[in-house]
Amino acid sequence: MEEFGQLTLGGISVGMIYAAIALSLVLIWRATRILNYAQGGMAMFTTYVALLVIKHTGSYWAGFAVALAAGLVLGAVIERLVIRPAENKPPLNAIIITIGLLVFLEGLAGIIYGGQFRSFPAAFSIDGLHIGSVALGISANDVFVALAVLAAALLLGAGFRYTSAGLQMRAAAFSPPVARLLGVRVGRMLTLGWALAGLIGALAGVLVSPSTFLYPNSMDSIFVLGFTAAVIGGLDSPVGAVAGGLILGVALSYVGGYLGSDLVNLFGLAALTLVLMVRPSGLFSPAATRQV
Amino acid sequence: MTLVRHLAVAVVLGALLVIISITISPFRDYQMAEVACYVVAVAGLTTLVGLSGQISLGNGAFMAIGAYAAALLLLHLHWPLAVVLVASAAAAAAGGAVVGVAAARLRGPYLAGATLMLAVALPSLALRFGLLGGDQGLTVVITSPGFLGPTFPVTRWQAWLTCGCALIVLVLLANLTRSRVGRSWRAAGDDEVAAALAGLNVARLRVLAFVVSAACAGLAGALLAVTTSIISPEAFTLTLSIALLTGAVLGGLGTLPGAVWGSLVLVLVPTYVTDTASSHGLSSSAGSNIPVAAYGVVLIAVMLVFPDGIQGGLRRLGRLGQPLAARLPARGLPWRRAPGPQLHAPAGEHQEEGSI
Repeated sequence: MEEFGQLTLGGISVGMIYAAIALSLVLIWRATRILNYAQGGMAMFTTYVALLVIKHTGSYWAGFAVALAAGLVLGAVIERLVIRPAENKPPLNAIIITIGLLVFLEGLAGIIYGGQFRSFPAAFSIDGLHIGSVALGISANDVFVALAVLAAALLLGAGFRYTSAGLQMRAAAFSPPVARLLGVRVGRMLTLGWALAGLIGALAGVLVSPSTFLYPNSMDSIFVLGFTAAVIGGLDSPVGAVAGGLILGVALSYVGGYLGSDLVNLFGLAALTLVLMVRPSGLFSPAATRQV
Repeated sequence: MTLVRHLAVAVVLGALLVIISITISPFRDYQMAEVACYVVAVAGLTTLVGLSGQISLGNGAFMAIGAYAAALLLLHLHWPLAVVLVASAAAAAAGGAVVGVAAARLRGPYLAGATLMLAVALPSLALRFGLLGGDQGLTVVITSPGFLGPTFPVTRWQAWLTCGCALIVLVLLANLTRSRVGRSWRAAGDDEVAAALAGLNVARLRVLAFVVSAACAGLAGALLAVTTSIISPEAFTLTLSIALLTGAVLGGLGTLPGAVWGSLVLVLVPTYVTDTASSHGLSSSAGSNIPVAAYGVVLIAVMLVFPDGIQGGLRRLGRLGQPLAARLPARGLPWRRAPGPQLHAPAGEHQEEGSI
């Protein structure tokens, strides 16, 4: 029973990371109908930047802030430079372009920083927490991870709901021509969407790296699990993204704990296939129709 | 007639390759074999993506299936090589059928994501089962057959074997893509609704495309296994799947000669870059990562600037000598259009909202 509780709490903490990746995918999907395969690569890259800043300044929080800012800028630059020109091309082109971005960023990180595994500092203590004599199986840092993603998700939700920019972004995603007629600068909203997604992705990268080490491919499996979480929740639903991340995180935590950690990715594949077969629009999206 | 013409071209090419393989060094023979392996895999992928319009980031995983199947059959059952190659292709094709059935219901981003997951997850199977050799992988050693004489270099035999298989695959695919099946793939890839209305079973066509592509990848994996002699999980990472896609895109999606150009670039350029980098005093990790970064730049640049790739460029060069009318893109029925981006109709209403 104690192990079950530990696995559940640990799963929630990891699940929030998947939720962050899923959230960044949903942001871009809603705005541009593109699935950004480079999201993991972008997060990996901004985490390297954070590591560099932490080494030079000695302050974790400086690195944390710079990583988020770098994610914001990277997202905007990528949208302007390579996504915008592909706007009116077939969907396959955009898929291949973001895959190209992924390998480019991974290759670039390999050239600049080398392929070796680097450890990344945690914000808070990674010693296990206890209540009385019962080990909880999570650390103060795990709590921080979950709270940070939760805060980001809530801020994002509030921004979409209560600010003018949020309303404009929703309008631009809902119907670009109508939004344009009403004076929304749709192009700018798309850039903003990519920038915010870059920021959330960067957050995920900084939060996950203490437990995975940092290397050019370190975000690959995090990304596919984040994608799985987004699909479980439905690519159109930010709430679904967070819920999907939590469901997947806890489920994989049980798989890893009871069956063996090398089965985690395979189980993720099985979960993804199952969801795509049974309910391809995700658990939290309204049923969508597609002709023929 | 088409079959005869393709066979004739293949025989001439085969003779040329034999002459080349005899004159070059063993290392170049090895590279030739490597190129041939990539040709087999990239040709299968370019058929899938370029014709049926489905994307796969999991063909590296199918290569892994073929490679491990070949290694196990050679090591434990000692089957003859030809049978092993066919069996490995069949094993991967079976995997392709399973994925294809799942994939037939998926569109664009979902399909790419699911196959991406396959590429990331499948190699971990090798770590799980002791039979597959874990991290160390399996070792397969082949020798050149007796009738070639005892001094015949094994690298040259590998080059002959792989190039022969590549030519056979190219002839088969060339005929398949010009047959009823190929035309149906193009129709379904162009406009699924129109194809379905014309009476084509789109779902079955999509599964078939996956099976063909996976069989090619499986054969390529088996050939790679006997060429490199070592099969380990890290040979079949996501990077391999993306390299295959890079080759297909760079050569020109949907064109078989493009698969050859793409494969040549995939094998020769990284070797060249790594050599140049190390001779300029760059670290080996920088040298090995430059080609990876270059793949990314190539994928983006080709998609943005010249979507029909090398083969499209060559074709345009070839048309420069002709009168203007012949240079204009063919209009009319979808399968008359030049391959490349036009293969995919601009996203219409039916593909946009909630495309699944």
